Amino acid sequence: MDKPINVSEMGDQYFDVLKEIGNIGAGNATTALSQMMGCKVDMAVPKVNLMEFKEVGTTMGGEDQIVAGIYLVVEGDINGSIMFMQKKESARHMVSKLMGMEITGEDFTEMEASALKEIGNIIAGAYLNSLSTLTNLTIYPSVPELCIDMAGAILSVPAIEFGAVGDKMLLIQTDFTDDMDLSGYFILVPDETSYSKILTALGF
Amino acid sequence: MADAVNCVKVGIADMNIVKDSDTITTIGLGSCVGIAIRDTMLKIGGLVHVMLPDSTAVSSNQNIAKFADTGIPELVSRMEKMGCKKSRMEAKIAGGAQMFAFQNKTELLGIGQRNVEASKAALKKLGIPLKAEDCGENYGRTVVYYPQTGDYEIKAVGKTPKMI
Repeated sequence: MDKPINVSEMGDQYFDVLKEIGNIGAGNATTALSQMMGCKVDMAVPKVNLMEFKEVGTTMGGEDQIVAGIYLVVEGDINGSIMFMQKKESARHMVSKLMGMEITGEDFTEMEASALKEIGNIIAGAYLNSLSTLTNLTIYPSVPELCIDMAGAILSVPAIEFGAVGDKMLLIQTDFTDDMDLSGYFILVPDETSYSKILTALGF
Repeated sequence: MADAVNCVKVGIADMNIVKDSDTITTIGLGSCVGIAIRDTMLKIGGLVHVMLPDSTAVSSNQNIAKFADTGIPELVSRMEKMGCKKSRMEAKIAGGAQMFAFQNKTELLGIGQRNVEASKAALKKLGIPLKAEDCGENYGRTVVYYPQTGDYEIKAVGKTPKMI
């Protein structure tokens, strides 16, 4: 029988598995990004952190840091949501590379926003793909939604979903590098029963 | 003036109280609601940053500052311990935005709006008048509360800061 899992009581082994999923996913995403942007993209080993809500805002350089959040709802064997966040400057850089032109305006145009959603879609998709392959679970992501605002405000969306489960949230940080540093943060929020499903599928 | 006074920070699912001319702030309210309450005579003011409307709906409800129905009464009772009187209190609220367009399709149906409603209900239950609000829409807010005057400053990305 599926029992609710307390995120804060999970062991190191579980994090290692998530890290490995993150690693494979980021690897897939890097290949896709590199092809899309037409340049070499490197990645670092992802960092997986379980943190208190209060600490989360400071991770991205302060709660008032302007970030781009791309949010997808996940359905199938696992229900929940996934979010990919990056600093506005990183997002701007990626979009300009992807579209092959400089972004001049302060705000993204509709076209640029659409390109950014696609980047989030590819990266989240790559991550979900590795999770799906490793667990043999079916995962369908929704159409991506974009929001550019203060980190605290955007983070509150997955934090609220986590809030229904526990007091801490799981953050996976992936650093991509081409000619500048492009940090990205993943937040995967499965609902309570999906946690058990992932763990069971992974052999815990 | 901003340099002379102490500005206390409140995190997500957190609360704090200030007195004298100190101010209190919370950064990046999304769907969460920031409830500011002060004693109009003692000029002691508190701020609580709640994430969810109802503590009875979830199993892990140890952090009382996380919920509107427990966070607000707790803030009021802490203020009462400092000599504040409920009869002299007034409140202002901000936040409760819907950050992503399709958020209402998930089971967290309009969580921002539900947070706002729960906050209002909790204040009403305590008999504390709601003086002003800046809620809803689709953008994040940073708020600063000045218990001396009762001013509640709302800052949002790409918008002119305003006082309510």
